[in-house]
Amino acid sequence: MRRESALTVAAILGGALLLAAGNVLVPASGSLHVSGFVVGLAGKYLCYALLALAVDLVWGYAGILTLGHAAFFALGGYAMGMYLMREIGARGVYANPILPDFMVFLGWKQLPWYWFGFDHFGIALIAALAVPALLAGVFGWFAFRSRVSGVYLSIITQALTYALMLAFFRNNMGFGGNNGMTDFKDILGFPIGTDATSVGLMLVTALVLAGAYLLARALVASRFGKVLVAVRDAEPRTRFLGYRPEHYKLVVWVFSAMLAGIGGALYVPQVGIINPSEFAPANSIEAVIWVAVGGRGSLSGAILGAVLVNLGKTWLTGALPEMWLFALGGLFIVVTLFLPRGLIGLLARRRAAPKDAPAAVAAAREVTG
Amino acid sequence: MSADLLLYLDGVTVSFDGFRALNALSLVLEPGEMRAVIGPNGAGKTTMMDVITGKTRPDSGRVVFGADTDLTRLDEPAIAALGIGRKFQKPTVFEPLSVRDNLLLALAGDRSPRFSLWARETVEERQRIEMILLTTRLTDQRDRRAADLSHGQKQWLEIGMLLAQEPRLLLVDEPVAGMTDAETEQTAQLLREINRTRSVVVVEHDMAFVRALGVKVTVLHEGAVLSEGSIDHVSADPRVIEVYLGR
Repeated sequence: MRRESALTVAAILGGALLLAAGNVLVPASGSLHVSGFVVGLAGKYLCYALLALAVDLVWGYAGILTLGHAAFFALGGYAMGMYLMREIGARGVYANPILPDFMVFLGWKQLPWYWFGFDHFGIALIAALAVPALLAGVFGWFAFRSRVSGVYLSIITQALTYALMLAFFRNNMGFGGNNGMTDFKDILGFPIGTDATSVGLMLVTALVLAGAYLLARALVASRFGKVLVAVRDAEPRTRFLGYRPEHYKLVVWVFSAMLAGIGGALYVPQVGIINPSEFAPANSIEAVIWVAVGGRGSLSGAILGAVLVNLGKTWLTGALPEMWLFALGGLFIVVTLFLPRGLIGLLARRRAAPKDAPAAVAAAREVTG
Repeated sequence: MSADLLLYLDGVTVSFDGFRALNALSLVLEPGEMRAVIGPNGAGKTTMMDVITGKTRPDSGRVVFGADTDLTRLDEPAIAALGIGRKFQKPTVFEPLSVRDNLLLALAGDRSPRFSLWARETVEERQRIEMILLTTRLTDQRDRRAADLSHGQKQWLEIGMLLAQEPRLLLVDEPVAGMTDAETEQTAQLLREINRTRSVVVVEHDMAFVRALGVKVTVLHEGAVLSEGSIDHVSADPRVIEVYLGR
């Protein structure tokens, strides 16, 4: 386990540093030069990996199949988007120092109360964690207390993200409606869109991902994590032992929502836009597929799945855009049928095979003998 | 009624869609007692366990634990915290966890997430686990995944988990179902050992096993007590013979 953690952290940080070096140190004419575009892509994948980590924590370890986790990701993204909008200041099309362009366009005279403070980066960061946590807390408290589970819970998570999407589409919500927020100029004074800022954001994302991974690792390895697995596999039994599964689920659910929120907050400055389509139910389902492909119940698997599937998506949507959804669906079916423990399960099996062989023979002898 | 009863079921009735699983069932258990509960299928044995442990709320009647705790107002974790442990008919252990970890989770102690997030295994906990491993003959299996245990070993692990809870009352549902004769005999021994410090209610089909336990027997039929007394007394009762033993 320790080895796996070390390998995972090394892969995240090593990969990120390698790409960064390829951009900064190799001259643009060199064949090994990594373009700013590729760095931006890598940063985006790392954000998705944060979302996958969040999904795997609740699905892989607590048995909560969430089909709405992109909602927390998008909320974190909107929090960051609000900061980035305020940061534009008077450089907008309408040159209003306070109001973002879309508010001027709608004829608003003053900033809605919930926009106050978002000119501070720290406030936006806190909101990116607190808003998903609050929503997850309220939602989870009601859902888990009334013992909603299984497919019913999945359906209401889906409904949650769908409802949020419809709400954010409305102009008078004050979040830019259909168009969302874009045209960001800089983040903490660094101009958005330059290679240097992209490299910096990608490296920060890698650090956050590595930290989140280690935190999640510690969580599932603790006694709390053992109870969580017990709840996943035999929830009624844990009750008769005196545990309250709803409390355990709520804690991991809120933590997971915060991970997704921070993922979204890092995502927005790297892609340069946030709009209501981030709440689309399909996004949440895609995140579940990343985890299934990488290996449900394996934290490094979730990260691997998110990166690999999105690499495939980038390539395929460029080469054969109309095929992507078919490929994604097919991938999910293949993984479910043939790789129940995902790619990580495949790796673990290959590595463990020679070592376990004598044990398997002994077990077979026991059965037949 | 006297104050030093451990458990008192008073006219408990449970209906499912008009079917009366328990019909004004009354039963008294003294502290330190071991009781065997037998009865044909559908007699209400498992429903009785469900009512005591808070899984099912009765339509009427009271379930009093100790001096004056009404169990019908509490839910499962609260009842477990009072010191009532339950072993299910089908062994339900936490399969992906090791035998040790199964016992660790069952050990009496704080059950809140806040505690378990920071909990480190203490020396006392380690010793308690070793003791229970010894009692349940699972010492050699301690690091195996519970999923890899044999059926009989799983049953024992579950009994071990009950012991780890340090309950005042153990409810044991068909502990020897699917066990070999040797395992059955060992289980009877184990239960008698446990009974030295705790009260036990055993629901069982296996008459040989009930005889081996050598304790007071309650025969349930159609959700009510049909007969009560020693195994010889109840097996001589003509009503018992008619509904249960005769077949």
